[in-house]
Amino acid sequence: MAVRTTCPYCGVGCGVLASRKADGLVVVRGDPDHPANYGRLCSKGTALGETTGLEDRLLTPMVDGVATGWEAALDRVAHGFAAAIDRHGPESVAFYVSGQLLTEDYYVANKLMKGFIGAANIDTNSRLCMASAVAAHKRAFGTDTVPCEYTDLEAADLVVLAGSNLAWCHPVIWQRLEAARRRRPEMRLVVIDPRRTATAELADLHLSIAPGMDGVLFAGLLAELDRRDVRDDAFVEGHVDDMAAALEAAHRVAPDLAAVARRCGLKRADVVTLADWYARHDRTVTLWSQGLNQSTSGTDKGNAIINLHLLTGRIGRPGMGPFSITGQPNAMGGREVGGLATQLAAHVDFGDSARTEIVRRFWRAPRLATMPGLKAVDLFDAVDKGQIKALWIMATNPAASLPAADRVRAAIRKCPLVVVSDTERRTDTTDLAHVLLPAAAWGEKDGTVTNSERTISRQRAFLSVPGAARPDWWIIKEVAHRLGHGADFAFNGPAEIFAEHAALARAVVRDLDFGAGDLDYDGLEPTAWPFEAKARPFADGRFFTPNERARAVPVVPRQPMQVTSLELPLVMLTGRYRDAWHTQTRTGRAPSLTGHRPEARLELHPSDAERAGVGTGDLVRAITPWGEATLRAEITESIARGTCFAPMHWTAQQSSAGRIDALVAPNVDPISGQPESKAQPVAVARVVTGAEGFFVSTERREAPAGALYWSRRRVVGGWLVEFALPEGASEPAALARALVVGGDIEWLEYSDPIQRRFRAVARQSGAPVLALFVNEALPRDWLAGAFGTNGIGARELLAAVAADVGDGPLVCACFGVGEGRVRTAVTGGARSVDALGAVLKAGTNCGSCRPELQALLRHHVEDAA
Amino acid sequence: MVRVRPHLVVVGAGMVAARFLHELAQRAPDCFRVTLIGREDTAPYDRVQLSAVLAGTHSAAALDLMGDVSNQLDLTLKLGTTVTELDPARRSLTLDGGTTIAFDIVVLATGSEAVRLPLPGGHLPGVRTFRDLADVETLSGASGRAVVIGGGLLGLEAAAGLRARGLDVALVHLMPWLMERQLDAEGGSALATAMKRLGIDLHLGAKSEAIEAEGTGLTLRLDGGVRLPADLVVMAVGVRPYVGLARDAGLACNRGILVDDGLATSAEGVFALGECVEHQGTCYGLVWPLYAQARVLAQQLSGDRAARFAGATPFTSLKVAGVEVFSAGATDGDDQLILRDPTHGIYRKLVLADGRLEGAVLVGDAAGGAWYAELIEQGIPVDAWRDRLMFGRAYVPEAVADEPTLAVAAA
Repeated sequence: MAVRTTCPYCGVGCGVLASRKADGLVVVRGDPDHPANYGRLCSKGTALGETTGLEDRLLTPMVDGVATGWEAALDRVAHGFAAAIDRHGPESVAFYVSGQLLTEDYYVANKLMKGFIGAANIDTNSRLCMASAVAAHKRAFGTDTVPCEYTDLEAADLVVLAGSNLAWCHPVIWQRLEAARRRRPEMRLVVIDPRRTATAELADLHLSIAPGMDGVLFAGLLAELDRRDVRDDAFVEGHVDDMAAALEAAHRVAPDLAAVARRCGLKRADVVTLADWYARHDRTVTLWSQGLNQSTSGTDKGNAIINLHLLTGRIGRPGMGPFSITGQPNAMGGREVGGLATQLAAHVDFGDSARTEIVRRFWRAPRLATMPGLKAVDLFDAVDKGQIKALWIMATNPAASLPAADRVRAAIRKCPLVVVSDTERRTDTTDLAHVLLPAAAWGEKDGTVTNSERTISRQRAFLSVPGAARPDWWIIKEVAHRLGHGADFAFNGPAEIFAEHAALARAVVRDLDFGAGDLDYDGLEPTAWPFEAKARPFADGRFFTPNERARAVPVVPRQPMQVTSLELPLVMLTGRYRDAWHTQTRTGRAPSLTGHRPEARLELHPSDAERAGVGTGDLVRAITPWGEATLRAEITESIARGTCFAPMHWTAQQSSAGRIDALVAPNVDPISGQPESKAQPVAVARVVTGAEGFFVSTERREAPAGALYWSRRRVVGGWLVEFALPEGASEPAALARALVVGGDIEWLEYSDPIQRRFRAVARQSGAPVLALFVNEALPRDWLAGAFGTNGIGARELLAAVAADVGDGPLVCACFGVGEGRVRTAVTGGARSVDALGAVLKAGTNCGSCRPELQALLRHHVEDAA
Repeated sequence: MVRVRPHLVVVGAGMVAARFLHELAQRAPDCFRVTLIGREDTAPYDRVQLSAVLAGTHSAAALDLMGDVSNQLDLTLKLGTTVTELDPARRSLTLDGGTTIAFDIVVLATGSEAVRLPLPGGHLPGVRTFRDLADVETLSGASGRAVVIGGGLLGLEAAAGLRARGLDVALVHLMPWLMERQLDAEGGSALATAMKRLGIDLHLGAKSEAIEAEGTGLTLRLDGGVRLPADLVVMAVGVRPYVGLARDAGLACNRGILVDDGLATSAEGVFALGECVEHQGTCYGLVWPLYAQARVLAQQLSGDRAARFAGATPFTSLKVAGVEVFSAGATDGDDQLILRDPTHGIYRKLVLADGRLEGAVLVGDAAGGAWYAELIEQGIPVDAWRDRLMFGRAYVPEAVADEPTLAVAAA
């Protein structure tokens, strides 16, 4: 019997049907009735069944590295927090939580911190994701209210994606958009992104904008539409304040489109085309994401977009609006309960004294926080300065994901009490904890999440909670009990928590509306708020400001805080990969997801690579004053000259030096506090290696001793570790033998000394347990697959490359199709993505790889011509 | 008028002589009257399989190489007969009984003889060589302890055969590793491991000094004083071409009887082939290049004057005590590919130079040996297959070359 639940990855919030077979196999498919996806899933969602294993799970509370019972662990947490509060006040403790938490977990954590501990030092990793959009919403609308729904994208005539690689980061919305474009080919799609991403690959117009200059572009468009009299004067007059000031600022910043094009590094003709399209299409959605938010002027950029929609009255009606898409599964739920240092609760702001009072009474809060707390970057600064004496981190990995991550790691290490609730035994953050609390994982816990279009969906359990793990709300509640607040945290389950959350929202009367009556929580269908009104926000032109009028915000665009120099000549952008999620604690478990980007790559433009003396496949070191990372170079024209790109997904658990946020300066947007993660000047240098190699192993193993680089990932048969050795390293045979030690280990070795190549297979009871290759350009994925094949001979593994089976880099994760087969199919006459799908099935499940298929198609057809 | 067919006499009834008769029967069955003269009482037999007879896995009868060639040729056999004199000018042979035989053409296939070390006690009863059926009969009847001197191909086969018969066997080898002419040190060591696993007591780098009679048995004394008691001592230290007859007849000889590419000796009407000849400075001791000589000479004598023996890259392929051993060409070089699987007693090495295969040493797994020999022989560029070469021809589908037609010395 399949359980209806919700995918734990991105902010699209797809419904999934999950079931556990008798043999333990977890099977997941798209929920055909869920309004976010109607049965679709992306590559990550499709592979969810591969991620629910218990290997490497944290299954018991640990105190100072020793497994304990819950009593001891909770007592230690409560005593630590109580002592800190007694001695140093409520401001001396902090929670750092996560958009991965369910709304109910978030609610309990927020209530405990702000109502009972009495400070607002609870912030969340959503700060890194969409805090700028929240701030922009609040400046313009009075509340953090998302005006759009996914259907607007399908109904629009013009869709502009700004700073969004939708095809990779929100693949199911992308699929819906693609389907709509097929139905209505007249629809226009524009992508504004410095990179030629998979999304840009399929756009009608791609504007490869200089990093961080989106504010200028949108101000320029605002001024241009005004010049062309493309305005909804009645709407502005009736519902918008400050438009004159916003226009004046825009005209000053962007006197004409030529100036805009120049400042943004764009062709004037492209900017004119975009302006023409904006002028022509009333039904326009401008969708933005982290590309704009992760900026020291991210809030302004959001408002620059909203200004455009306010000027033209393109908001509150179908097929149009400014649409911020969130990265995380429950960033929206966190925003709703107020789980951010900058809000109190239920979309109530600090300073709204009337509603603050309602909250105080509702909670019967003995010590209600009345001032904003520390935002993420500031919070860890305070940890660094010793101002935070007790820190509780839930479901997130700040030691890897915050800017200046090495400094953050050092700061956490200094904190007197570090509590981490997590599902994983080993992360960069759990490695620093005094107390580790085992949390229930997706598939094991119950609650709700809210997606990017305000739809609340249930997450339901279909697996039993393993070991001593517990849901996060339970853990927080138990600590609240021990802090003396048992009566106010007497929750018996998520339904009670949600009911209280909904009642609070009702009490404060804001945009949030979860219905008047009791909900059928268990049977709750995916429902978008407002529940009662069932109307889209702002349909009546009324906003949540005191005068119910929207506010246009005069925007004076700023360039990124840091600029390039002789020492740091390239601008590094950071972002996501298609098949990886965050720090890969979940996607890293799924062999079918690790093949698309097996290692962290630094994408470089050919001319920059040439200047740095770097070739594709070389190891490169990216260096900033904050830290450094070693990645595999990929030379590509999809990256603009002068920029480079690195993924955010690698941690110390997967790579010797892939912690990319260690390189990013902790500069933040002054309003939202969101860090500027997409405009970091860096220096790039080739890493000189003595030898490079990799091994596949049935067990997780460390890289060879003395390796100057390594990167580890799951594969079908176990683990695959890439490594590089310094010049003058020991003989590979000796290194190999040190990896697997045991009297019953038998080695089979092949060496080509003059080419400095070496291969070895270790057998135990006749079965291969490790296969190592040095200085061999062999097809990793075939080898990994072969390694996982029962009965494969050691000699066959050793011959590896000999078998004509290498399919090249993975393209389609769902059907395991690599570039080799795509190339063959193109040679065989396939001339469209659909034709490739007919032959190979590639791109016919989740569709996330369709842009890459398109790019390969173009490439190979050109080759053939 | 009936044309009298020329009389062709073959001196020596070994493997190559037999092969020559088969080749001749195929090409020119009616051109000659043929007489085959052999010193042993037995018709030509497969000497390579003597070790199998010793080990008891083959019967002597199974070694016959003549088949029905007697019916295909006008053939007279004179076995148990030794030729004492050859007179090329008069075209006559003298046999041990004093009889003379006239010939039109004579083919010397006198083979080689086992070398006996000039040791004190080297001629004591109980000291044998390992060369012919008579030796094998003697060895097969032995029991107790045996010492084999010589860690080459023959010595290893003798040791393994005796061990298979249940004797306690020690093997003494002067050189630091076994089969040093065919194997490199590591290959020899892999083979040594296999021999030890059989229970053979190895003494490598050991010089035999004397054989002493002691009670009813013998003792082999080694330098350094080690004494190995034995009921039987087998000398298997190599063979030398048998050239006495040719030399006495005034034929040009060096180590072997000198022949040209058509296998002609320095005397008109006298040809030679097999282990007794020296061609372009090489005396071949392995059967397959010698079979090539047999084919070339048969072609020559049946009128194909263009047939040429161009020499051959020697290769060894055998299975000793269940261990496959293959060696061809160089055993060492600057550029080599090596595969080691010590658990299974496997060691494989390929020697490369200038993008071509120069040599192969295969112990424990000789798969692909014939292919390697062919690549070496023909100088085929292998750079493109470098990474796959070790794993055999199945991994190199694009390798287009004639299937090897080389006879392999042992199954």
